[in-house]
Amino acid sequence: MSSSLSLAVRDCSTMLRRNLLHARRYPSLTLNLLLTPIMLLLLFVYIFGDTMSAGIGGGADRSAYIAYLLPGLLLMTIGSTTIGTAVSVATDMSEGIIARFRTMAIHRGSVLVGHVVGSVLQSVLGVVLVGAVGVAIGFRSTDATALEWLAAFGLLVLFATALTWIAVGMGLVSPNAEAAGNNAMPLIFLPLISSTFVPVDAMPGWFQPVAEYQPFTPAIETLRGLLLGTGIGHNGWLAVAWCLGLTVLGWFWSAAKFDGAAEQRP
Amino acid sequence: MTDLAIAANGLRKSYGDKVVLDGVDLAVPEGTIFSLLGPNGAGKTTAVKILSTLVSPDPGSGRISVGGHDLATDPQAARAAIGVTGQFSAVDGLITGEENMLLMADLHHLSRHEGRRVAAELLARFDLTEAAKKPASTYSGGMKRRLDIAMTLVGAPRIIFLDEPTTGLDPRSRHTMWRIIRELVADGVTVFLTTQYLEEADQLADRIAVLHDGTIAAQGTAEELKRIVPGGHVRLRFTDPAAYRSAATALREASPDDASLALRIPSDGSQRALRSVLDRLDSAGVEADELTVHTPDLDDVFFALTGGVDLPHQPTEAAR
Repeated sequence: MSSSLSLAVRDCSTMLRRNLLHARRYPSLTLNLLLTPIMLLLLFVYIFGDTMSAGIGGGADRSAYIAYLLPGLLLMTIGSTTIGTAVSVATDMSEGIIARFRTMAIHRGSVLVGHVVGSVLQSVLGVVLVGAVGVAIGFRSTDATALEWLAAFGLLVLFATALTWIAVGMGLVSPNAEAAGNNAMPLIFLPLISSTFVPVDAMPGWFQPVAEYQPFTPAIETLRGLLLGTGIGHNGWLAVAWCLGLTVLGWFWSAAKFDGAAEQRP
Repeated sequence: MTDLAIAANGLRKSYGDKVVLDGVDLAVPEGTIFSLLGPNGAGKTTAVKILSTLVSPDPGSGRISVGGHDLATDPQAARAAIGVTGQFSAVDGLITGEENMLLMADLHHLSRHEGRRVAAELLARFDLTEAAKKPASTYSGGMKRRLDIAMTLVGAPRIIFLDEPTTGLDPRSRHTMWRIIRELVADGVTVFLTTQYLEEADQLADRIAVLHDGTIAAQGTAEELKRIVPGGHVRLRFTDPAAYRSAATALREASPDDASLALRIPSDGSQRALRSVLDRLDSAGVEADELTVHTPDLDDVFFALTGGVDLPHQPTEAAR
């Protein structure tokens, strides 16, 4: 049993290497996807920053708004990166090599696990890059403890894993790369209608439930709490529950679609 | 009786209302080339997909065993025994030819050293060493197909499925592919080959099964199949209408084509049959302006097997 486990791990790491090789050879897709969060960061800080800062009660100093904005944009970076995941899964599935993998005595899940782990690593890298831009323009998290940093990192990885599994499922149900890009749009659209830019209670009453009942808002509030010391409240558990729920959902969805895809007529 | 590398009974598969395979029996002895011959849409690819564990057969199918392993109960063991080169390129175009080979070596759990050795060896054998560092997407059709087969061979499979390996290749690449396939069998490997070309099956296969409408219409050696095909004929063309008429009188069995002054005489194309035609032309004192021998092609086979022609004997029966 342990030998079959080690073979499964080996197959998954082989597939991971394949995906990282793709990403390294063709970095433009990943880098393009990072442009959206970075552009929004610069736009909201330097163009709308004074007004936004005053709006959240931070006075005319932009630094308060940078602090408010960055956690949401870090999570948006993850959403954005996973669009790339959906696209590359859809592209991959249209290639004959997947059929080859299916006829080989390898661990069945290794193709998808390779995509997921590769994508989570890319997300983390993206978060670091966007975070570095944030720090460069003035983001500071002075009072966060090492444990809070660790928890923040854990949340980002958990969140990336959840969105990636969903993105893999979206990629699997998409007939081609363009469709995958469109189907995965909610992953970048949801953070726009969350508490990324303004607090939920500053939104119109009818809209507040939309911003409230989706994965980004609790995750953003939790990350804010960990990095800036604002109140987390029930958002911590809510964020973890969203992540676990989406991971399990994405996992089963992807596994079913991956196994079913071979049965489709070409 | 040698052991069977592939044995399938009553293979059935439908996609919705469309019945693709309707009870196909296959038996391929170890170390032979078996060819499944048929036109597009006959179900060849579906048969390969089922035998290579890519899709599952319909519940009504009988037992299928590949490399001695039951596909229903132990597909992983069967996968370990096979190599598959599908109809559509199964190479990773984003990475280089060498990286594709090393990927296969890793998936076959070869050691790093062994993997490099096998990859280099196969790249050299398939004339890809020079292109090894280039992305596979830049390869020509023939190169991609060769890389595809090289990747299939990394795990030293005992049974190889080749789904239309030469479709779309130029004549030179086709002959290279034929040579490769012959070399495989020389090593004792079993090859299951699908093709739409009778010539290809004729060149390579020990045994041919003709797939038509989801069933095996006929099965046997190339010789046996050709014998049941009446498509072989000798065509005589004349310029002089008088010579044409006396030839038509001398060769009563010929079907005349008055418009082009041509006669079509059923023939297996053998030396003896040809001589008899020539002798009868000689004794009638006529000379044809042009003589061509037509050997049966796949169209003839299908016409013979499906056109309601009364077959002299069914090799399928003879084989049992």
